[in-house]
Amino acid sequence: MERSSNILKRLDWITILIYLFLVIFGLINIYAAVYNEQYSSIFDGSQRYGKQLLWIAIAFVLIIIVLIIDGRVYEVLAYPIYLGTILLLIAVLLFGKEVNGARSWFEFGSIRFQPAEFTKLATALAIARLMSVHDYKINRINDLAKVGLLIIIPVSLIILQNDTGSALVYAAFLVVLYREGLSPWYLILIMLFGVLFILSLVTDLFNVFIALPILALIIFHLIYQNIKLTLIGLGIFIFACLLLVLNHYFLHFKGEYVLAVGIIFSLIVLAYPAYVKRIKHYGMISFILIGAMAFTFSVEYFFNHVLEIHQRTRINVVLGLESDPLGVEYNVRQSKIAIGSGEFTGKGFLQGTQTKFQFVPEQDTDFIFCTVGEEYGFIGTFIVLGLFAALILRIIAIAERQRSKMNRIYGYGVASILFFHVAVNVGMTMGLAPVIGIPLPFFSYGGSSLWAFTLLLFILLKLDTTRMDKF
Amino acid sequence: MENIYSNRRLFISGFFILVIFIYILRLFFLQIIDSSYKLSAENNVFRHIVQYPSRGLIFDRHGKLMVYNQSVFDVVIVPNEMKAFDTLLFCKIVDIDKLELINKLKEAKKFSTYKPSIIIQLLDFKRYSLLQESLYKFQGFFTQARTIRTYDKPLAASLLGYIGEVDDKAIKENPYYRIGDYIGISGIEKSYEEVLRGKKGVKIFMVDVHNRIKGSFKEGKFDSVAIVGSNLTTSIDLKLQEYGESLMKNFKGSVVAIEPSTGEILALVTSPTYDPNLLVGQQRAKNYRILQLDKNKPLFDRAIGAMYPPGSTFKLVDALIALQEGVITPQTVLPCNGGFRVGSFFQACHGHGGAVDFTRAISGSCNAYFSQVFMRILNDSKYDSIGLAYANWRKHLMDFGIGRKLNTDLSHELKGILYTKDRWDKIFGNSRWRPLRLVSMAIGQGELGITPLQLANVSAAIANRGYYYIPHIVKAINQKDSIDKRFYIKQKLNINQEYFEPVIEGMEMVVKAGTATVAFLPQIAICGKTGTAENPHGEDHSIFIAFAPRDNPKIAIAVFVENAGFGSTVAAPIASLMIEKYLTDSISRPYLEERIFNTKLKYE
Ligand SMILES: [Zn+2]
Repeated sequence: MERSSNILKRLDWITILIYLFLVIFGLINIYAAVYNEQYSSIFDGSQRYGKQLLWIAIAFVLIIIVLIIDGRVYEVLAYPIYLGTILLLIAVLLFGKEVNGARSWFEFGSIRFQPAEFTKLATALAIARLMSVHDYKINRINDLAKVGLLIIIPVSLIILQNDTGSALVYAAFLVVLYREGLSPWYLILIMLFGVLFILSLVTDLFNVFIALPILALIIFHLIYQNIKLTLIGLGIFIFACLLLVLNHYFLHFKGEYVLAVGIIFSLIVLAYPAYVKRIKHYGMISFILIGAMAFTFSVEYFFNHVLEIHQRTRINVVLGLESDPLGVEYNVRQSKIAIGSGEFTGKGFLQGTQTKFQFVPEQDTDFIFCTVGEEYGFIGTFIVLGLFAALILRIIAIAERQRSKMNRIYGYGVASILFFHVAVNVGMTMGLAPVIGIPLPFFSYGGSSLWAFTLLLFILLKLDTTRMDKF
Repeated sequence: MENIYSNRRLFISGFFILVIFIYILRLFFLQIIDSSYKLSAENNVFRHIVQYPSRGLIFDRHGKLMVYNQSVFDVVIVPNEMKAFDTLLFCKIVDIDKLELINKLKEAKKFSTYKPSIIIQLLDFKRYSLLQESLYKFQGFFTQARTIRTYDKPLAASLLGYIGEVDDKAIKENPYYRIGDYIGISGIEKSYEEVLRGKKGVKIFMVDVHNRIKGSFKEGKFDSVAIVGSNLTTSIDLKLQEYGESLMKNFKGSVVAIEPSTGEILALVTSPTYDPNLLVGQQRAKNYRILQLDKNKPLFDRAIGAMYPPGSTFKLVDALIALQEGVITPQTVLPCNGGFRVGSFFQACHGHGGAVDFTRAISGSCNAYFSQVFMRILNDSKYDSIGLAYANWRKHLMDFGIGRKLNTDLSHELKGILYTKDRWDKIFGNSRWRPLRLVSMAIGQGELGITPLQLANVSAAIANRGYYYIPHIVKAINQKDSIDKRFYIKQKLNINQEYFEPVIEGMEMVVKAGTATVAFLPQIAICGKTGTAENPHGEDHSIFIAFAPRDNPKIAIAVFVENAGFGSTVAAPIASLMIEKYLTDSISRPYLEERIFNTKLKYE
């Protein structure tokens, strides 16, 4: 008895209050989004809001279970849980039901269940478990590879399910790795490749191949501040460009090939003075430059020669390269209209016109934020975003006060996943983020995501109650 | 637990806060500074406009148009788009009472604030164009076109039937229908509802604040196309139908004519009737009430919904069954002494005097002869009991389509009266069957009820010498013979073909030298039989059944005229005139026609 009252006392009630507010306000908005005068009772189980009410009730049961279970089991069970969800991902690939082109659901009668939602939780636990081992050094390539593997496995499986949006969420773990000491260089490198990836689709290979050596030169110059060497490099690069002109008039090879040859030639020529001057990172910069070019080239090749047209179109639309007025672009515009029309105080509960008539698509799942914007105006969106910010900061504070390294890492995992979901989901309703269709935590309709986020949060709160316990 | 990277907490938190701050800033602009989205929302309202398919047209057997459509308009309101408007002007334009308008608006609001409700139905084109001109003054009001039925000639009202708004029951039974939709309620409109109605479509438009349609939503991706209803070719011969209705104008009753070789109904006259144009448009409800209250019951389709005792026409059936069962032969001669007497039972006859043979029994409609024939049928020693003999007799009648629904394509078809053996068993109780109790059925009286359609079918079955096709009113759907299979199946009677000739001989004699010489036509061999149905409530009903020509018959007909007395007085001339009209497209006896037109019966 004493123990359980202790738990209640030690629970972080601020977090719980924010959680409750978000869940209930979410339900109200689902009700408004799919409101139908024929089925106006919120308890109507045939309607989405009635079902969401049931999902919430189940979520509360899950909370009680989490609070009762000893917090120490997560350390022991982190890997088994991880393995379990990975097996579920494989199973859903084999036996799952395809919904909207993504094979990521199990269906039991009328109940659908999306394992990918729970993999996030399991991955967060597994990463925390892995990195809390006391001789773990994140910047050691072996250790980094391990955590990378933990992330890559679910990501690949989810991409195989054709649910790219859910896979992108795992990028959130970069924040966790950063907090635990990942060198910013890795982040820069990863971002570089991210940018390259997009560039290789957005623009010609040729432009990338011109931009990359210039970028390399600038970095080179920033590190060594040796104007003479930089000028030599530039000179050789210009020489390569001259080759390009010659090619254009006399040879007619593809421009990017000539450029590539020129750059590699420049690197080899430059290697000698660099060696003489004992410039430490010359090799690495060259290596990365060539790697980047190869990467860009292969992405381009993959995209244009391996992917099928409809896959290409989908990626293009997500990146905003291809306009799809009947699809994504239209949705975002309607969503912006819905939010914008809410003005300062909103139109009031159930008074939204844009979210009715399926005007805004996915109005109760991915675009639920529109209903908030339309019916509660700026006040509503401000409060919701403010509460999400408060919740995430609170979670960071909770994470930081943990004595156990595992708990802290897990806490950051929770904060990052929540942040990523909020940022992308709300961002896409305003046209600030690509439409990748991930739910707004606690808000969007759906049992799987509600339960996963609830478990994610309350496992942390449970761990938090044990932080003072003696080991 | 501090560690060397703790300062990164600040960077991460800062990054999170920055992003959310940018979002809030963006929302601030989106929702407060920039008013263009608010305008877009107002402009960007959907209008679901139901596309009513035009209902299929109905033609007669020769392709003459009978029913077509005419455009009218509904006024629709979306309550939450409504703004204050000049009610007086609105009421004036659409001709509606202000109070009624207020009530309708209330109802519409109760139904839905953002879904359209119909508030005024079937506006004519003039009012529609007036309204359309000033529609911009009435925010939230819209018009949608639909079509109403129009009839080329005021004929065949009850056979064609009418359409009306669906009731709650129909909506519940079939989710296709929505409040305000129209559905066939009677006649062909009802029985061929699904063929005629087509399929509704919906067009989703986006309209601006001035109710102007800006374009279709998502280029019509979510629209569904209305599918036009199929056209029906009926088997009705419109000229014959029209002639029949004019002949029956002064009478209550019914005429049904069938083409024996196909079962196609050539004419289905019920009288009194009404102008089908009364039951369309804005006046439908009002006119319907008036017709409903009319004591002559013009809405009542007597051809399929009224039953009468078949009277002496029934003797034909009895004769055939008796021949088939072998209780008489065409050579059987039976006594008639002005009637049929058994003990104290006496059935009067027309005074044939002495012996009557088979042909004369039919042509002279001898009650005594057929009473004895019927007694023979019942007392047939082939059967262990009278009851079983009765059951067998009943089975023969059912083969003729008597006492059961024919399963035509007409709605509200009546079954008629034909007691089962069990029913009689109950009536007789424990005592033996008393055949004298049943003998009035020999001459088509007593516990028998038959509709004009059933009797016409009997005529067709005799004309065919032993089979019929289920009578039907629709010949083709969209010019194709795609009507139900059952109409192509020969319905065989259990009576040998050889027994028909003597009966038909008798029928020809009826017209040549019997009870219906008035129906005689020198150029056409008409075979007929008069009947008189006793009517306890007044004058007897006049009945005549006929087909012509004798060989290779083209038309079989049954005529019922209520309270007209003997079959020969009114029913036989009408049948004869219609046969002549149908077969020769002319009338050689204007005097006879004149007589019918001028006969006025007293109906209370
Ligand atoms: Zn007689």
